[in-house]
Amino acid sequence: MTLHLAVALDGAGWHPAAWRAEGARPDRLFTPGYWADLVVEAERGLLDFVTFEDALGLQSSRPGEPDERLDQVRGRLDAVLIASRVAPLTSRIGLVPTAGTTHTEPFHVAIGIASLDHVSRGRAGWRPQVFARPDQVAHFGRRPPFPALDRSPDRDPALLDHLRNLFGEAADVVEVIRRLWDSWEDDAEIRDVATGRFIDRDKLHYIDFSGDWFSVKGPSITPRSPQGQPLVTSLAHSELPYEFAAKASDVVYVTPRDREDAAAIVESVRAAEAAAGRTEPPLRIFADLVVFLDAHDAAGRKARLDDLDGAELESDAHVFTGTPEELAALLLNWRDAGLAGFRLRPGVLPHDLAAITRGLVPELQAAGAFRTAYDTGDLRGRLGLARPASRYAKAS
Amino acid sequence: MTKQIHLAAHFPGVNNTTVWSDPASGSQIDFDSFRHLAQTAERGKFDFFFLAEGLRLREAKGRIHDLDVVGRPESLTVLSALAAVTTHLGLAATVNSTFNEPYEVARRLATLDHLSGGRAAWNVVTSFDAFTGENFRRGGFLDEADRYTRAEEFLRTARELWDSWAPDAVAADPASGWFLRPGGVTPFRHQGRHFDISGLFSTPRGPQGHPVIIQAGDSDEGREFAASSADVIFSRHSKLDEGRAFYRDVKRRLAAYGRRPEDLKILPAVTYVLGDTDAEARERAVEIRRAQVSPQTAIYFLEAVWGRDLSGYDPDGPLPDVEPDLDEGVAKGHAAFRRDRGELVAKWRALAAEKNLSIRELAIEVSAPQTFIGTPRAVADEIDHFVQTDAADGFIFVPHLTPGGLDDLVDKVVPLLQEKGVFRADYTGPTLRDHLGLSPRTPNRTEENR
Repeated sequence: MTLHLAVALDGAGWHPAAWRAEGARPDRLFTPGYWADLVVEAERGLLDFVTFEDALGLQSSRPGEPDERLDQVRGRLDAVLIASRVAPLTSRIGLVPTAGTTHTEPFHVAIGIASLDHVSRGRAGWRPQVFARPDQVAHFGRRPPFPALDRSPDRDPALLDHLRNLFGEAADVVEVIRRLWDSWEDDAEIRDVATGRFIDRDKLHYIDFSGDWFSVKGPSITPRSPQGQPLVTSLAHSELPYEFAAKASDVVYVTPRDREDAAAIVESVRAAEAAAGRTEPPLRIFADLVVFLDAHDAAGRKARLDDLDGAELESDAHVFTGTPEELAALLLNWRDAGLAGFRLRPGVLPHDLAAITRGLVPELQAAGAFRTAYDTGDLRGRLGLARPASRYAKAS
Repeated sequence: MTKQIHLAAHFPGVNNTTVWSDPASGSQIDFDSFRHLAQTAERGKFDFFFLAEGLRLREAKGRIHDLDVVGRPESLTVLSALAAVTTHLGLAATVNSTFNEPYEVARRLATLDHLSGGRAAWNVVTSFDAFTGENFRRGGFLDEADRYTRAEEFLRTARELWDSWAPDAVAADPASGWFLRPGGVTPFRHQGRHFDISGLFSTPRGPQGHPVIIQAGDSDEGREFAASSADVIFSRHSKLDEGRAFYRDVKRRLAAYGRRPEDLKILPAVTYVLGDTDAEARERAVEIRRAQVSPQTAIYFLEAVWGRDLSGYDPDGPLPDVEPDLDEGVAKGHAAFRRDRGELVAKWRALAAEKNLSIRELAIEVSAPQTFIGTPRAVADEIDHFVQTDAADGFIFVPHLTPGGLDDLVDKVVPLLQEKGVFRADYTGPTLRDHLGLSPRTPNRTEENR
């Protein structure tokens, strides 16, 4: 059985001192060429897709509030626009930007991702993300202040309620967006000269969504995109986001510590699917790992970056240091716990990305566990998902 | 002194200017159509390529309007992709200031500026209607009277966000260990009637400092907004006399804001038809008008004025004998009819009687003809005359065909303008501000914060 492989792109890489590493290009982070080079390299390695992180606030080493640090990467470009910028320069790789569900208008996200799917000819995905950070609320001034995130929600019922609320809203956002993506049937454009009609308006549909947080009328202003439903992917560390993924996503990224943990998480995710009464194809479960890859002493390279940053790297995901061969063995072992694939977070860009495409990928190919050429399908097809008909199309 | 002409191109829009029934008419959504038009504009050394926006599909009689092109992509997403297949062309996005928030729009525009190497422009549009609001969280929250106060404050707030990063805020210097320069990013705080926001902006200042600002409003408020804040006006005044009056009116408003006449470029939206002879061009113009005003479109056109269903009338027959219903509006989702409809009906009846026109012929007669019709030489001369006599600083061309609608303009008219020495033979700088001859925006806060 083969596995799926994605790479998560963010700034100079996932180590806070990555921008100071040898070969890093920190002065180019905000240029299009930087992103183009990375995605072209990922496509060269036949990866399934790349993701682009985003947020509506400045990065911070503290949960939920800005810090004063000047020695880490700060500043980001809009992820949907980066994905679109690299689309014409690539032809196969999936492009999966983050867009938030908390402050952004669902309508804008729907047309943005649908447009990315048009521009990339069926390679668009989306990572919906709840933005719970209190400082971001003040950037918009539209909602009451959010509680601080410095406690565990398990011990703070008010915080847990708040997060439930944000995830509930996020599920509605995805529902609205999926309806908007279906609001044009595929054959709505008819160009019928005899009757003077450009579209058959019976094939455009109001979505008439009304929920606890907002309502949206529809239809979309953007015709149905090549995939119909671009791939929805979300990151999850606990029950609440598992539930969200079970309701909303096609792919879920999880963060197991080891193989046993992976098996336990897969079980939790499947239970969440059953509880949600999921009728869609089962979630494709990807494990996230931060990776530092070298033929010799990746751990030493990572340790030197830790020293520069003044602290050991902390991550929600397992941090792997070692050789591509060792990583290949680990991935094949974890895969058997029920994972469909992995989203690797390169510790340093472009170094660890190149180690994935030029080191890890050949190892996996040699083991018969990774493709040796791209198929011709769209991104959904690559994940084994059919192109769905619009939910509004009448069965003929 | 001879003025240099500015040329821009508009992607064919969702109204009946765009002819979708022509065999040469291609996809309105496929990226190749956008690529072809943008690359043609760049081959012609145009200043910028413009995408419009409408956040709800137009409706007529309570149903989605189906006679014109329907549907388009999100502007910024497509322009970001076009940045990859062009090198100098400015990329202008229409983004609504009512159903968006400054933090997000400012970062997306700054992003496009980075990803295009300084070629971003923002056409700031306002809307207030509850009809469009039904697609958004806040619904129709804004009074019509406030659409410009919000737009003005929105733009001012976006500028504060862009200015909160110094031009050299990103040090990215491994030797010193500073990614950001101390003091390079300043917290923002904006407290106003429409926005009360504070914090840290998350996107570095773009290569142009601020993207080029375009404004299209024509009311007194719209003109004042443009005079105070815009770099380019997308004007509707494409007739010589009207154009001159508009030009004078807007340019004289600039001094009050400490701005020079050349700081704001006035570019009317125009259409064109070329022929080898004047007669051939006129003939083609009539053919295009007939394609633009189909029998069904002619009825629709009259319904918007009559305020009632006229589907029982023969488009090739005489004008409807019923009186207009002046209390009923028919069309939603596009600019409202503000003229006195009763008066208009009387005028049209007189015209139809005088020239013996059918419904369709009348609709063709009274709706706007193409701005420039003639041989390439005649059109080039006319364009130049408009600009040299201060009816415009240049034009935004709206082709009637996707994707080939700019081809002959670029192949046949642009070289003549270049020959006359009134249009650039090549780009002289990398940014849109360079093309438009606008000075770079320097942050207001540079001195006190450095």
